[in-house]
Amino acid sequence: MATGTPAIDGSGASARFKRSRSRHLFEQLIGLSLFACAAVTVVTTVGIVAILLAEGLTFFTEISPLEFFTGTRWTPLFQSAGFGVLPLVNGTLIVALGASLVALPVGTLAAIYLSEYASPQIRSIIKPVLEVLAGIPTIVFGYFALTFITPFLKDTIFPEIGVFNALSGMIVVGIMTIPMVSSISDDSMRAVPQELREAAYGVGATKFEVVTRVTFPAALSGIVASYILAISRAIGETMAVTLAVGATPRMGFDILDSFQTMTAYIVNVSLGDTPQGTTEFRTIFAVALTLFAMTLLMNLISARVVQRYRERYE
Amino acid sequence: MADSTNSNGGVAVVDEQVADERDAAVGASSSGRDFRPTLGAAQIDQQEDTIEDVAVQIDDVGLWYGAKKAIEGVSLDVQRHEITALIGPSGCGKSTLLRCINRMNELIPGVRIEGQIRVDGDPLYGSDVDPVEVRRAVGMVFQKPNPFPKSIYENVAFGARINGYKGNMDELVERSLRQAALWDEVKDQLKESGLALSGGQQQRLCIARAIAVQPEVILMDEPCSALDPIATQRIEDLMQELAADYTIVIVTHNMQQAARVSNRTAFMLAEEDLVGRLVEYGRTDQLFTSPNDSRTEDYITGRFG
Ligand SMILES: Nc1ncnc2c1ncn2[C@@H]1O[C@H](COP(=O)(O)OP(=O)(O)OP(=O)(O)O)[C@@H](O)[C@H]1O
Ligand SMILES: [Mg+2]
Repeated sequence: MATGTPAIDGSGASARFKRSRSRHLFEQLIGLSLFACAAVTVVTTVGIVAILLAEGLTFFTEISPLEFFTGTRWTPLFQSAGFGVLPLVNGTLIVALGASLVALPVGTLAAIYLSEYASPQIRSIIKPVLEVLAGIPTIVFGYFALTFITPFLKDTIFPEIGVFNALSGMIVVGIMTIPMVSSISDDSMRAVPQELREAAYGVGATKFEVVTRVTFPAALSGIVASYILAISRAIGETMAVTLAVGATPRMGFDILDSFQTMTAYIVNVSLGDTPQGTTEFRTIFAVALTLFAMTLLMNLISARVVQRYRERYE
Repeated sequence: MADSTNSNGGVAVVDEQVADERDAAVGASSSGRDFRPTLGAAQIDQQEDTIEDVAVQIDDVGLWYGAKKAIEGVSLDVQRHEITALIGPSGCGKSTLLRCINRMNELIPGVRIEGQIRVDGDPLYGSDVDPVEVRRAVGMVFQKPNPFPKSIYENVAFGARINGYKGNMDELVERSLRQAALWDEVKDQLKESGLALSGGQQQRLCIARAIAVQPEVILMDEPCSALDPIATQRIEDLMQELAADYTIVIVTHNMQQAARVSNRTAFMLAEEDLVGRLVEYGRTDQLFTSPNDSRTEDYITGRFG
């Protein structure tokens, strides 16, 4: 660290400016331990990806990627084994799409309310409530879907609904992701400089016009980033969908019926009695790798969007 | 369409007179022209010359930010198609007073206003006055250039669009940009972002945006403080041209600027109680050469502030 000190004539420092050895050592120690902590996160990430890749690639020497990525029958544990992952992808995407239909509009409108309409007092109540919502363990949401939402839907609108069904999963995952959309969108709308709002008010805009034509568009990239993160979260969501949506890998779109998501499949096999080291067991790494690729892609997109949003008002 | 700021409440209605119907998009020529409010004796007692054609009448205005009183008892008449400067030390309430003239202060929670302001005799404060309509008639240019992150064209067209302007938008945009002395510099890049312009150009864009809604009065709060001397010169020239069509009220820290551009000057001061009051108001040449109040003299000779 101190190697760049220019030696002008090689003579030593006078006592006044002399470098203290112990202080120097202490600084180096601090730097090293901080580096070690940062390194832990990198090493774990690399380790996880390496295991996923190794096991996943072994799987693909046994089952062709073509069959895996295009097959529509997922029955790896049956006699007539089918290794097409599409039914799981289908289940995952259906739930994620349905959850987005709940979370994006509600989250956006809540954010607009919080940042533009709510008085400081109301805001100071709603914000913590949303944070609590974000902190509820997802398994609780799963039970909520299973023991409340589904029976409620059965008694009111859909008497034919199954015990496990995609609809309740969509609703509950949607509710879970509302705080993510609303808090990030709220932040990005509040980051819009007050001067821009005043400029709009100054030419006679109403509050609604200020929100729809100035604040919202100016915050759009942050808002879109929150959408992508929420969808990514919905894709990766595990416990709630395992409980609510069930374990029936299938194609099709009948949301009153049970599906199986990629995450729910991984849970089932991990907890089941499939022997380790078999192709059947390795399916979970292939599925996890696919899932990882999907969420990674979403996160990369959102990082790009956020980047643009940072440069926005310069 | 109810304005959010109503929640602040507490706007004292000094004058119960019902606001005249005002046509939002129409400019200076219409209502209230012949209405001549009588001048209160206290308002301009320190000067001989009177104001013949009052565009803005500020009548005993006071304002609180929450529990803190920021200005008190300010009364002055603004002459039509002139430039009126507000000067005074930092914190004396110049911006506060200026922002009362287009009801901008109400966007700040907890603000309470007393007194009355009239434009062409029409009161701006009252339970049945819509601040949105007020702001269409009284435009504003801010200290820091604040173009929308939209194209140059959309920046200028913004106000007209939300006001439901029916005429030819291209013409309006060109006319406004010409009036703001910006047209020649940007006519080939109207589709580009307003943020891509230099600071001085952005400020002229903001002026174009303000005049595109054809207000009667334009308020400017230190419009040159973020600009270099050449850009400042251009804005000052522009202000003088605009004074032919608009009534302009400008806040400035720069006394040379006030002396250069304004016809009349109001000097404000917040003394020990930190409440801003109007000390002296008169013709700029007179106020700068032979002020009536010793505090004015102290200020313009740089003895404090
Ligand atoms: N939003 C606000 N909330 C609370 N107090 C405020 C607010 N804005 C201004 N004030 C106070 O009101 C007083 C007048 O402020 P104002 O901004 O009008 O002064 P000014 O004359 O424009 O000063 P400057 O020349 O520094 O711009 C100051 O004491 C200031 O602290
Ligand atoms: Mg100010």
